[in-house]
Amino acid sequence: MIRRFSVLILLLALGIIFANLFIGYTPDTELNQTARYYAEHTASDIGATNIVTAIIVTYRGLDTLGEVTVLFLTAAIIGLVLSQGNKPSSSLQRQLPASGELLTTGSRLLVPLILLLGAYVFVNGHLTPGGGFQGGAIIASAALLLLLTDPLYRFSRRLITIIESISGLFFIGLGILGILLAGGFLDSRVLPTGELGSLFSAGLIPIIYSFVGLKVGAEFTSMLGNLAETEKS
Amino acid sequence: MNTILIAIGVLLAIAMIFTAMITIHVKRPAVAMLAAGMISLFASIMFLLLAAPDVAMTEAAIGSGLTTFLLFFVLGRVRGYDDEAE
Amino acid sequence: MMASIAMTTGFILILMGLYGALTNRNILRIIVSFTVANTGVNLVLVSVGYMHGRTAPILDGAVPVAEAAKRIIDPLPQALVLTAIVIGVGVTALMLTYAFKLYESKGTLDISKCRELKW
Repeated sequence: MIRRFSVLILLLALGIIFANLFIGYTPDTELNQTARYYAEHTASDIGATNIVTAIIVTYRGLDTLGEVTVLFLTAAIIGLVLSQGNKPSSSLQRQLPASGELLTTGSRLLVPLILLLGAYVFVNGHLTPGGGFQGGAIIASAALLLLLTDPLYRFSRRLITIIESISGLFFIGLGILGILLAGGFLDSRVLPTGELGSLFSAGLIPIIYSFVGLKVGAEFTSMLGNLAETEKS
Repeated sequence: MNTILIAIGVLLAIAMIFTAMITIHVKRPAVAMLAAGMISLFASIMFLLLAAPDVAMTEAAIGSGLTTFLLFFVLGRVRGYDDEAE
Repeated sequence: MMASIAMTTGFILILMGLYGALTNRNILRIIVSFTVANTGVNLVLVSVGYMHGRTAPILDGAVPVAEAAKRIIDPLPQALVLTAIVIGVGVTALMLTYAFKLYESKGTLDISKCRELKW
């Protein structure tokens, strides 16, 4: 009773702070200085038409490095914590009823198409809305469809580890290449800017974002695979 | 055209608040997880109305898809859980 | 107008998510309430960058390169929210892993029965 009352008092105080923030907020009518710089200089310096992608990969590339590190830590911790509970001798496989014909045929048709859609989204990240993180999530949902069809399906641990490690190494390697050959870390002007709107433009951005997309997809797949392997008989 | 968009926005806002109340007060945890997935979906449409297509795509794929599946995986692994939800 | 609607909804979602996290006893429901609060925070952040009458920050047929500064909204909050959504799902996965280990070692999901750290 006292607990419920003090929770309500806390939420009331937070509500008053939020109301003050909301009343004091007036929307802008002109872009502020940082946004104007991004709007005017993206097309000529970077050559990407998607300004948000240009910000994430080149202008604020260090934030993306931090995010990739946090995701890597998360996948590693989940793999570590969940592997200590599995005893290798408890492998009585439960007899599940077989999935229906509709489900297996449908998933066999859909999984390559979903992988293709994911690859398309992260290769075209600099031209249309999309990018590495969205493409990686779409690839992980293809793995999820495989798990839903056959709940005892186990992903090959080696393949996921190899993809994730190589993508991470190449991401860092391309960043250091930016230091050696162009302005700074993750500067995309190592390759020529090219013509605005074509696929091979914007320097290194498609290559960097493809590696980020593969890494994110592999990490989400390994998270799902670890959680699925906790199914004991 | 503009009033239609604002009407859709108000409708989405009311739907989101109603679904949040369902999330807190319903008895079974499975229904609460489905309602959280629905909030993510409505938020993804509202991001589109706020002229942010990248964020809408990310929220739809990650928030509505992966989070709901992760929650249901773990719910399926704990059997005989305590059903006392306050 | 759209930004005010989104900001109000975001603030209300944060308050309801916090209420759910503070009054539930089942761990999985606490995690679901954190997810709701996460969505609310992202809504508030994206709604700050909206400007009336302008469109998405993508240079294509609708927004020619020469007048980009007059036609697009602020692209910076969207870049930050992208990072926030992905890290949010990572933290949710970690919370679920710990909830699962807690269930394995104690046999219950009720947090009022985990009293080892209370003095």
